[in-house]
Amino acid sequence: MSDLGDLYQELLLDHYRRPRNCGALDDADGVADGNNPLCGDVVRVFVKVKGGVVTDVSFEGSSCAISTALASIMTESVKGKSVEQARALFRKFHNVVTQGADPSENGPPLGKLEVFAGVGKFPARVKCATLAWHTLEAALEHKPEPVTTE
Amino acid sequence: MATTLHSTSGRRTGDVSPIDIERIRRDFPILSTSVNDHPLVYLDNAASAQKPTCVIDALRHYYQSDNANIHRGVHALSIRATQDYEKARGTTQRFLAAARPEEIVFVRSATEAINLVAQTYGRANVHPGDEILISHMEHHSNIVPWQLLCEQSGARLRVIPINDAGELELDAFKELLSDKTRIVAVTHVSNALGTVNPVGEITRIAHERGAAVLIDGAQAAPHLKIDVRNIGCDFYAITGHKVFGPTGIGALYGRLDLLEAMPPYQGGGEMILSVSFEHTEYNHVPHKFEAGTPNIAGAIGLGAALDYVESIGRDAIASYEHELLAYATQALESVPELRIVGTARDKAAVISFVIDGVHPHDAGTILDQHGIAVRTGHHCAQPVMDRFGIPATCRASPALYNTRGEIDALVAGVRRVLEVFR
Repeated sequence: MSDLGDLYQELLLDHYRRPRNCGALDDADGVADGNNPLCGDVVRVFVKVKGGVVTDVSFEGSSCAISTALASIMTESVKGKSVEQARALFRKFHNVVTQGADPSENGPPLGKLEVFAGVGKFPARVKCATLAWHTLEAALEHKPEPVTTE
Repeated sequence: MATTLHSTSGRRTGDVSPIDIERIRRDFPILSTSVNDHPLVYLDNAASAQKPTCVIDALRHYYQSDNANIHRGVHALSIRATQDYEKARGTTQRFLAAARPEEIVFVRSATEAINLVAQTYGRANVHPGDEILISHMEHHSNIVPWQLLCEQSGARLRVIPINDAGELELDAFKELLSDKTRIVAVTHVSNALGTVNPVGEITRIAHERGAAVLIDGAQAAPHLKIDVRNIGCDFYAITGHKVFGPTGIGALYGRLDLLEAMPPYQGGGEMILSVSFEHTEYNHVPHKFEAGTPNIAGAIGLGAALDYVESIGRDAIASYEHELLAYATQALESVPELRIVGTARDKAAVISFVIDGVHPHDAGTILDQHGIAVRTGHHCAQPVMDRFGIPATCRASPALYNTRGEIDALVAGVRRVLEVFR
């Protein structure tokens, strides 16, 4: 049961119920779609980049608590950071949830994203915590093809 | 939402002897294991059912004592393996009430059975401008093979609508049928909604317009008594692993005259009588459709599984599951935040549901932490999800070995889900 408590923490549930940066950006520089065919989750990520800095970022979509909270906290975490910093944050996050890396070691601090550290214990849910990240990467790279977790 | 439940077999009698649930549970070793420190409550039978000891033993016996290739060998092992493989064909024939064993083709899965029909009967009989009718509640495996056939043949795929309860709209079906309709392919039991379709009536109506009928029986086989001659269908597809048999084995029933007229599916060994570079003579049915060394152990295991089901009795199973479905439906409906999707009058033991404010994927994870296995997602039936305007559902699909106690555990699990998300 403690694993479950680790996963569905209050911070995560709060971002699920009241997602931040949720809605389209009219004048986005990059937009990308992501979907998880396994569970039907879909997400669209919008980014504005000026001088190599993510000046604004948002998402919309329908998905589970982990996917939604991740998208919400991710957008908060990368806003105002350079594109390179955002990528480094994703690399670190990815290592934590897929490889079980210690969040306190190597790379940028995860901050609120640390709430997802417990996802690694739920292999079926790791994709929920990485879908919006992959979609953000595609939006930054202006990839026209939808991102899929499969 | 009130749901009236009818007999799933359509031939339930009042004097069916009740099943011995404790004895049945002992037949399935996995049911006494634990998951996440809780006793396993396995309610994902529509995805794949568990295996009784007799099936596991049949597989072991074949590999330990009889393993050899079939049909060609003159030695003892090959003869025994051939006899057991063909015996399984006879068991499958009787299970489906087919007239002759030659009408049973062993395949990998119900999916392969449908692809086989599409690529043989379909390629030979469907032409530009023709139409193929499927329903809105089909599994992707009874959609995509027909889409492929339509691309290849220039035919058009048309879809029979379903109503809000998840029942086929028969009037619309009659209107869609025309002289252009070559094939009608519908499921016997919906994997996402539990609906039992009136396949006999559908077949009769389709035959009046000269269309061939394929019934996808993947979900029906573990729940219902199946009589292909009574249904009158031309093809009927089942898969082994949903009816307590191994994975990688399924069966296609096809009417003998149709099978004989159809071109082969795949070429290779077993399916030929003689081969030269100038001319190849195909084997007789069903071997014409069984190219290559088949899944011998799988077929023998399927035979053992079907024997097991018959030993309990399909009327007894249908009667037991009918009560369990009614109990589960009522218990789940007592949770105000829960809504059942699929409320057909005639249902098999499949219950799809959604919970207010909780994505099915999250509910599935929390239930799993309590040892409860349900399926979450679109159940390979995305058009059904679209029809009901939802991305996914949780699906509890009981089988003959599930109990009221396990349904209670599911409902308690759902209440835990609500507590987490309160």
